Amino acid sequence: MSSAQNMTLNLKIWRQNNNSSEGKLVDYRVENVSPDMSFLEMIDVLNNQLVRKGEDPVAFDHDCREGICGMCSMMINGKAHGGYKNTTTCQVHMRLYKDGDTIVIEPFRAAAFPVVKDLAVDRSAIDKVMAAGGYISANTGNAPDANSILIPKPVAEEAMDAAACIGCGACVASCPNGSGMLFMGAKVSQLALLPQGSVESPKRALNMVYTHDNLGFGNCTTHAECEATCPKGISIEHIARMNREYLKAAFTYHEKKRSEGAG
Amino acid sequence: MSFNLDSKIPSGPLAEKWDKHKFESKRVNPANKRKYTVIVVGTGLAGGSAAATLAELGYNVLSFCIQDSPRRAHSIAAQGGINAAKNYPNDGDSIRNLFYDTIKGGDYRAREANVYRLAQVSNNIIDQMVSQGVPFAREYGGYLDNRSFGGAQVSRTFYARGQTGQQLLLGAYSGMMKMVAKGKIKQFSRREMMDLVVINGKARGIIVRNLITGELERYAADAVLLCTGGYGNVFYLSTNAQASNASASWRCYKRGAGFANPCFTQIHPTCIPVHGDYQSKLTLMSESLRNDGRVWVPKKKNDERRPEDIPEDERDYYLERIYPSFGNLAPRDVSSRQAKFRCDEGHGVGSTKQAVYLDFRDAIKRDGQETIAGRYGNLFEMYERITGENPYKTPMMIYPAVHYTMGGLWVDYNLQSTIPGLHVLGEANFSDHGANRLGASALMQGLADGYFVIPYTLSNYLASSPLEKVTVEDNAFKDAEQAVKLQTSKLLGIKGKIPVSEFHRKLGHYMWDYVGMGRNEAGLKKAIDGIRKLREEFWHDVNVPGETGNFNIELHKATRVADFLELGELMALDALERNESCGGHFREEYQTQDNEAKRDDEQYAHAAVWEYTGQNSSPIRHKEELVFENVKLATRSYK
Ligand SMILES: Cc1cc2nc3c(=O)[nH]c(=O)nc-3n(C[C@H](O)[C@H](O)[C@H](O)COP(=O)(O)OP(=O)(O)OC[C@H]3O[C@@H](n4cnc5c(N)ncnc54)[C@H](O)[C@@H]3O)c2cc1C
Ligand code: SF4
Ligand code: FES
Repeated sequence: MSSAQNMTLNLKIWRQNNNSSEGKLVDYRVENVSPDMSFLEMIDVLNNQLVRKGEDPVAFDHDCREGICGMCSMMINGKAHGGYKNTTTCQVHMRLYKDGDTIVIEPFRAAAFPVVKDLAVDRSAIDKVMAAGGYISANTGNAPDANSILIPKPVAEEAMDAAACIGCGACVASCPNGSGMLFMGAKVSQLALLPQGSVESPKRALNMVYTHDNLGFGNCTTHAECEATCPKGISIEHIARMNREYLKAAFTYHEKKRSEGAG
Repeated sequence: MSFNLDSKIPSGPLAEKWDKHKFESKRVNPANKRKYTVIVVGTGLAGGSAAATLAELGYNVLSFCIQDSPRRAHSIAAQGGINAAKNYPNDGDSIRNLFYDTIKGGDYRAREANVYRLAQVSNNIIDQMVSQGVPFAREYGGYLDNRSFGGAQVSRTFYARGQTGQQLLLGAYSGMMKMVAKGKIKQFSRREMMDLVVINGKARGIIVRNLITGELERYAADAVLLCTGGYGNVFYLSTNAQASNASASWRCYKRGAGFANPCFTQIHPTCIPVHGDYQSKLTLMSESLRNDGRVWVPKKKNDERRPEDIPEDERDYYLERIYPSFGNLAPRDVSSRQAKFRCDEGHGVGSTKQAVYLDFRDAIKRDGQETIAGRYGNLFEMYERITGENPYKTPMMIYPAVHYTMGGLWVDYNLQSTIPGLHVLGEANFSDHGANRLGASALMQGLADGYFVIPYTLSNYLASSPLEKVTVEDNAFKDAEQAVKLQTSKLLGIKGKIPVSEFHRKLGHYMWDYVGMGRNEAGLKKAIDGIRKLREEFWHDVNVPGETGNFNIELHKATRVADFLELGELMALDALERNESCGGHFREEYQTQDNEAKRDDEQYAHAAVWEYTGQNSSPIRHKEELVFENVKLATRSYK
């Protein structure tokens, strides 16, 4: 591990007591930051300093601290998760910074993610999009033998690439439109690729997109900021696949309406 | 008072018990199911699968979790894989074989009937998860791929890259979301269960804190399922997620649920070593790495050379040397202990000398870097991100870390605790792993409990118990809520000098030093004494700033640490009372000449079940004797 010197850092952290109060950036100084610390451990150190003074520590979300739960969520110097390739906030280590650096830390910002407190935001909209169709309607107990569904390795791998999404919402926070197309596209695409999931695929896309649009997520105008920020390297190809599924559904739905003599 | 520790193991031959039990169980007819409400606390593999399945069956489910979404439960972090007895590779596996490996792996301290059932339903889990779209690894022909884990000589582990837990949990979560959409599950995130409500001797509800508003909320139901995970974080540093805690189990213990084998802790051999005081967690390097990595230390003590510069004949591949038939895939307890022995003898490496090498040089030479990257790429990346070193070029440094707790609330064959109506699933119960869990078996157990066991045993409970109507206005709810309020205001009122995490870290030192990989009488007594004093200091000098009425992260930590400070003592006491070594419980006084665990089957072939008797009196140790009719108790050997 590195033997570099400890650092002193200047932090500018967004403080906001709750959703209805005003927020602002507040300056803090942390000393003795080891380059081997993780970014969140650096904030732990700050928080312990604050608690010792009887002050309110900085609220932030985190849990696994190894890049898989999707709980951590911060804008570091204006970039979701700090903008390092394939890295979540909890995996950012202080060896990436220099003594004397100033770091601005803010919550994920998006219309669909209201602030809870300080750096913690409410991402329940992601669950709502998933509830609109991010599943295969297989009840427990009726499944056939697992090897009765053969899936070519490349297809399984591609589905796995999509399934790797941790639902962190960085794609939404980094999108100029606050769109959730990347995480939603990843789920639709994963299930569309697999034979078990393809049956319901068009309907799934339709329902999820409809819910997404109603929850305050914006439209995709192909800036691809999401792909660049995504800590799991989810590709915007998945958005394209979702759009194809969506069009199939929109077409079928339209046809059906016509044949039912709607209007 | 005495506990009813009737295990309710069905009679009859081992292989027929579960079928017979299912047949004899009472069922709730479909139309009546919607009249019942079930509380499921926790949304990991156990809670997620239970909530989804019970809702599909027609029950009204209330689901709770601490994180901001059920998809983030700690199960998400499981890397390596999940076992099943499919025998797809045709290498001689069977239900009986998985059963046997698990009983032996647990050092003969688990119930035969439970473990057999686990092996039986293991295959259904794989089928179920595939049907839900879990993208397990495949071979070129499109068939599912398997790999090997410790303590087994067959390949029975299914996996999805290094993210098996994530994929399984997202499968269970998707099932939950489907039922949320149908209105059969009401999901409450950012909620923490603070107490269990018991009415007329039955579990009938919970008190939870809304973590955002700080408000206490009451929920009533016909049964409560506790799926709240393990308590490894009592050690402060562990591979568990930050929010993993013991509080839900501990509050139930205080309400009359027996706590079984609290001292049975799993210390995982391959984790990234501790490197600083500020450290908040330890990161696991999946056991699957031992399929290809070779574990070694320099033969010379205090060898300062770079590992690359140490010639072959000056390296001690100690697992291969001591356990030739299992080699680097020796089970976890055994491998961890051997790493500790080597470091204690002065062969440890790295700046702290508390580490051993896990070396991929030979595997890379044999299979090429690309193949190794294909198998473990994401783990290698994770290692490099944390340590700044490249494991393709230089061996990983690893050391054991707390990982899993085999102990937990006591349950019978129906997964019911000593409190009727309180069922405990997943890592939170004590049931299937005895004194040591084999790799890839926790995911299996969590999903077995949730998908395939509880739907039957819960309906039997509901159909055979008279359940009077209760509402959240009952006194039991008011009293429980009042007690939580009192504790909260006490914590906020202390206004001492020391942050909560300081106490937690100190507790962790006691636990690791005296209740960790090696335990002895003097050390355990020291731990008990030290923890008691620490607890007193906590209640005098902790500083929990802020108030109740908002998102107060220090308060959330404080209530959990307050419980850890009590549980830690019980763990030390349990370890002290178990005068034998078995699995992960290694009492230094009881070892063979070659430092292997020495069991005492005469005295200790039982589960120790602790009964709470009040804040100022000692808990009582009860026993559930374990009966072995199908396996012969033998000295566990991996040589
Ligand atoms: C890093 C790591 C890797 C692992 N890898 C493997 C592996 O490869 N194979 C394997 O078989 N096992 C593995 N394990 C073990 C396995 O992951 C766990 O034992 C298992 O996932 C536990 O599942 P669970 O459902 O019992 O609990 P958890 O997944 O821990 O879920 C607990 C749930 O309870 C909730 N909760 C807790 N307390 C409260 C409360 N008071 N109020 C409300 N909600 C509460 C939490 O919010 C969460 O939803 C690994 C463990 C770790 C730490
Ligand atoms: S697509 Fe990427 S950025 Fe978006 S939620 Fe998933 S993991 Fe996070
Ligand atoms: S804390 Fe889990 S991904 Fe960062």
